[in-house]
Amino acid sequence: MSGRKFGEVILDLKNISLSFGGVKALQDISFDVLEHEVRAIIGPNGAGKSSMLNVINGVYRPQQGEIILRGEHFANMNSYMAAKAGLARTFQNIALFKGMSVLDNIMTGRNLKMKANMLQQAFWFGPAQREELEHRLKVEEIIDFLEIQHIRKTPVGRLPYGLQKRVDLARALAMEPQILLLDEPMAGMNVEEKQDMCRFILDVNDQFGTTVVLIEHDMGVVMDISDRVVVLDYGKKIGDGTPDEVRANPDVISAYLGASH
Amino acid sequence: MFYRENGQFKTSYQADQQLFSIPQDRWAILAIIAFAFFGVPLLVDEYLFRAILIPFLILSLAALGVNILVGYCGQITLGAGASMAVGAYAAYNFLIRISGMPALGAILLGGLVAAAAGIVFGAPSLRVRGLYLAVATLAAQFFWDWAFLRIKWFTNNASSGSVSVADINLMGWTISSPVDKYYFCLGVLVVFSLMAKNLVRGNMGRQWMAIRDMDVAATVIGIRPMYAKLTAFAVSSFYLGVAGALWGMINLGSWEPAAFSIDRSFSLLFMVIIGGMGAISGSFFGAAFIVILPIFLNQMLPLLGGLLGLEVSIALVSHVEIMVFGALIIFFLIVEPHGIARLWATGREKMRLWPFPH
Repeated sequence: MSGRKFGEVILDLKNISLSFGGVKALQDISFDVLEHEVRAIIGPNGAGKSSMLNVINGVYRPQQGEIILRGEHFANMNSYMAAKAGLARTFQNIALFKGMSVLDNIMTGRNLKMKANMLQQAFWFGPAQREELEHRLKVEEIIDFLEIQHIRKTPVGRLPYGLQKRVDLARALAMEPQILLLDEPMAGMNVEEKQDMCRFILDVNDQFGTTVVLIEHDMGVVMDISDRVVVLDYGKKIGDGTPDEVRANPDVISAYLGASH
Repeated sequence: MFYRENGQFKTSYQADQQLFSIPQDRWAILAIIAFAFFGVPLLVDEYLFRAILIPFLILSLAALGVNILVGYCGQITLGAGASMAVGAYAAYNFLIRISGMPALGAILLGGLVAAAAGIVFGAPSLRVRGLYLAVATLAAQFFWDWAFLRIKWFTNNASSGSVSVADINLMGWTISSPVDKYYFCLGVLVVFSLMAKNLVRGNMGRQWMAIRDMDVAATVIGIRPMYAKLTAFAVSSFYLGVAGALWGMINLGSWEPAAFSIDRSFSLLFMVIIGGMGAISGSFFGAAFIVILPIFLNQMLPLLGGLLGLEVSIALVSHVEIMVFGALIIFFLIVEPHGIARLWATGREKMRLWPFPH
């Protein structure tokens, strides 16, 4: 993974604490993400990984801490602001729009870039029609990139799991994000599908220069594709560093394998 | 056999994104519209216009409105009748209070007023959903029922509480005979259907459906739930308002608030459920079904009773009507939640592949 050039810190999380009632999901967590890197968040079940992603893109509001995105401070991030700022994400339990075709799902990812007003859309003239064609071209590029041409008109509900995951990624890519948050992109896949997904993630990172933050349980995958890894356990950060550093960290080993007493 | 796409290749995205991208569909729709404009008036007598065709056209328009909200945006409403009432009374007031107001202008303004009212009464959708939202929209129904009955200003102080309008004049064309009314309603319906179809296949419609299918994922890709839901309420209420104005001024001529009671709200919801949620064509299927079924039962039940030697009273017929509707709603909700439109779409899929289904 060496040889690629990382940029400045693009996303900086400082002292994030999040609790639901008495449950402390995240406690005082800080880490940063460099531009163009692949950053993994790992940890046992219930460690707060998904909560962390939800905080980053504004689904949850942390009680404490701040998010600095490209030098800009966000005290109260919400999903709309996050989307506008160039954050996209995929979901652990696929959250596609079930009643719509693959094409429409991906087109929905372009909604922030479409400006035609309702009257123009109602009569399908001028900017509305032009936009629809322009964005279709972009979406077709993504469809080609992810090799899902054959299913573009299929309702997503009819697709097998692995392809649904790919459409989820396509929808996120349609936003042309600067930072891509992936919540267990490989969960429930077989080896071949995992290999495909890894290839896509690395290609996105490589070709578009997109920064990737991903949660994953498959340690082999994480250690292979990520540049730096954050380890969470019970809402606390217990490790941070390159895959090799993390692998050697005694706290991480005890969290995953248990410590001898 | 004729419905096959072999050899039809699209070479541009523009061709692929047409309104009806299969040429057979395009021709079929054009043929239906042409027949509606030129064929029907030659074949049909005055009774059919009054009893079936005009109500069918106007209720299709109303069902389109309900479908946009319930079928496309997933926000349930029991206030559809209220939106129609707002449209009807607003159009009436524009017409009588502003001299020289063109009728079409009054109808469209009525729709806009209904849209504004729809946004206000749709605001609870930002907090509650499902059954609770249905109850919240019920408030709109009762509020407007009350307002048009009790606030005399709305009815221009009419002592009986019922209002009436003279024949409508549209740029020199006096709409008085059933054929005129039919043409007018048909024209409005064609334009509004086209607009609805365009809206739901574009960015707006995708936002509505995204909110319907998975609202968290929708917000994460930058869709604002407030904007999507309230535009759905506004557009839906606009359609209902225009339909209400047509129902009052064209179909009825004179009316009182009972014309837009809760029964109307329910029957519009039934149309959408039976016809097909989330399909434009479903609105037409549903409206046709609800308009024709009572007439069909009225004709058939006494005949059937006669065969069996039973006396069928009018009361019995209307009870049977309600029972049939109830049974059909349950049938469709269990067997085919997407209604007649989905059955039709499945049939079409089969025809495309016939006679080789693989």
